[in-house]
Amino acid sequence: MAILVWIEQNDGQAVSNCWELLDKAKVLGQELGAEVAALLIGSDVDDSAQQAVAYGADHVYAAAAPHLAHFRLQPYAAIAEQAVARTDAVAFLTNASIRGGVLAATVACRRNAGIAANASDLWVEDGRLVAARTIYSGNIQARIQFESSLAVASVRPRSFPMPAPTDGSGSVDNLDVRTQEDDIRQKISDFRAADAGEVSLTDAHIIVSGGRGVAEDPQKGFELVGELASALGAALGASRAAVDAGYIPYKHQVGQTGKTVRPDLYIACGISGAIQHLAGMGNSKIIVAINKDADAPIFQRAKYGIVDDLFSAVPALTAEFRKRL
Amino acid sequence: MNVAVLIKQTPDTAELPKVTVAEAQSGELQATMVINPWDEFAVEEAIDLSDRFSCDTTAISLGREGETDALKHALAMGVDSALHVDESVVEGGDEWATAEALAAAVRKVDGGEDVEIVLAGKMSVDGNSGVIYAGVACKLGWDLLVNVTRIVDIVDGTLIAEQAFEGGQETVEVPLPVVISVAKEINEPRYPSFMGIRKASRAAIPTLGREDLEFPLSRTTRWTDLNKPETEEVQVRIFEGASVEEKAAQLADALMAERVI
Ligand SMILES: Cc1cc2nc3c(=O)[nH]c(=O)nc-3n(C[C@H](O)[C@H](O)[C@H](O)COP(=O)(O)OP(=O)(O)OC[C@H]3O[C@@H](n4cnc5c(N)ncnc54)[C@H](O)[C@@H]3O)c2cc1C
Ligand SMILES: Nc1ncnc2c1ncn2[C@@H]1O[C@H](COP(=O)(O)O)[C@@H](O)[C@H]1O
Repeated sequence: MAILVWIEQNDGQAVSNCWELLDKAKVLGQELGAEVAALLIGSDVDDSAQQAVAYGADHVYAAAAPHLAHFRLQPYAAIAEQAVARTDAVAFLTNASIRGGVLAATVACRRNAGIAANASDLWVEDGRLVAARTIYSGNIQARIQFESSLAVASVRPRSFPMPAPTDGSGSVDNLDVRTQEDDIRQKISDFRAADAGEVSLTDAHIIVSGGRGVAEDPQKGFELVGELASALGAALGASRAAVDAGYIPYKHQVGQTGKTVRPDLYIACGISGAIQHLAGMGNSKIIVAINKDADAPIFQRAKYGIVDDLFSAVPALTAEFRKRL
Repeated sequence: MNVAVLIKQTPDTAELPKVTVAEAQSGELQATMVINPWDEFAVEEAIDLSDRFSCDTTAISLGREGETDALKHALAMGVDSALHVDESVVEGGDEWATAEALAAAVRKVDGGEDVEIVLAGKMSVDGNSGVIYAGVACKLGWDLLVNVTRIVDIVDGTLIAEQAFEGGQETVEVPLPVVISVAKEINEPRYPSFMGIRKASRAAIPTLGREDLEFPLSRTTRWTDLNKPETEEVQVRIFEGASVEEKAAQLADALMAERVI
């Protein structure tokens, strides 16, 4: 009996959010009397497999073959199902990334198992796994109990604290890969990795975002917001108004129709705090607003605020942090 | 090669915070109901495909009895026909029941022969799961592409598309049939035209009910303890300094003390 955790890889590197999940699985596994198994699929998984051991997996199941280098649902789901069967899994957990979400859903549907998509918490009650998630864009919370023998969940990044690696004593087993390249219908003809060095919004501990408040001089405005972000090692976010106006690409958008984030610190510069923006960042631990309008709704959710022109307040804050960090 | 597009009727996003637990439990919402904003991109893409490859488009929505405004919106935008699936067919069921019903509806379009592309939105603003299209692909036994930012071409029954994910972007080729969930970068949804609205208001929208769809009802989860998350009452602290530098210094002090930096 096992809790099986998929360790997502991006360009051959394990996605760090998966370690949060693996660590949580250890706690759940102890309560359920299940071991913790990590599943790695890729072309070269050795380093990630060692990491999975260090982060506490009792067993690592590795499916490695050149044609598995890139995520493709068909072979990945087949291998995940194979691993579920082999480990006699009571739970299959993934990181709620784009790929983790679709892998969890496909495995769950194929095995007619219950799914908690975008779960924010997991615990054990009466010897069974229970998940928490929100619906109505964060406005209603629900608890999901599983009626199926396999429980599947995709778990939002940063739902659990990041553990520290240890020595670990788990073992690594190879899964035999039954699919060949010829069996796979999807072919990837071009692959472009995202800009390296950019902090991703969903993983970020700190996010600095800009909104329509930069309108007076959008280029300068986002330059200032970007400088504050880099002084703090933060990811750069934006409101939809800023994205729609073409100040910054969509991938930076936070909110209902953008990314959902939960950093420790979210600094909103020139953002009014519309409901749809709050839907994406309202769960940040500490919200700071810089806005020249003291009545802007964002101040109802912010813990700290500066009522001033962002064109002077943001560089002043950057200068302060540069002095201290 | 025809196209079906899955759309859901969901509360206006500005009214989502007003949804109560009782409403969420009963499904009887006070909120203004509109087409799920993510699904507008799927509808636009369906219309675009019909222009490019001269195919027929059908919008399918599973919802409560008479809940057809989203379908009318899709018709007004320009899809050729609409099909409503009565929610009672999945009453008490889970996501896989919904997926099964939608897959069955896809098979019923035009006698079930010609639909080779099913488009869906990225996520519903009420369900927030992003799993229904995965279920539909699974029930149909078709391939699935998610977060598609561009449909490049369809050549000899093979669809070429660009997909985005957290780590980058890729071009992928897949033989039809295929289920595709679209990302918002894919297009700019049009507004319904006056003529479109008139046409939609006159259109007959057939409904599939229990007599039309038969399948075992999947029920793998139980949702309990629905509640409104408490929004923590935070009293904002506004720094009142003589200069902006002073305010910035006070804020920096506070954030260092919080140990978030
Ligand atoms: C279906 C739907 C989905 C949506 N999805 C999203 C989403 O994902 N994300 C999102 O963000 N929005 C979303 N929106 C849009 C949302 O409703 C708001 O329109 C948007 O968030 C506003 O962005 P903003 O705060 O930057 O702009 P505004 O609301 O215009 O606010 C600008 C703020 O900047 C302040 N300001 C102006 N000049 C300065 C200055 N010099 N210094 C300091 N402050 C200044 C102003 O006081 C104001 O508070 C969505 C809307 C709909 C209908
Ligand atoms: N009841 C429904 N009727 C039609 N399409 C739906 C329905 N529910 C979900 N979908 C489709 O599946 C997508 C994902 O929904 P969800 O899994 O609820 O987040 C939506 O954007 C729609 O395209």
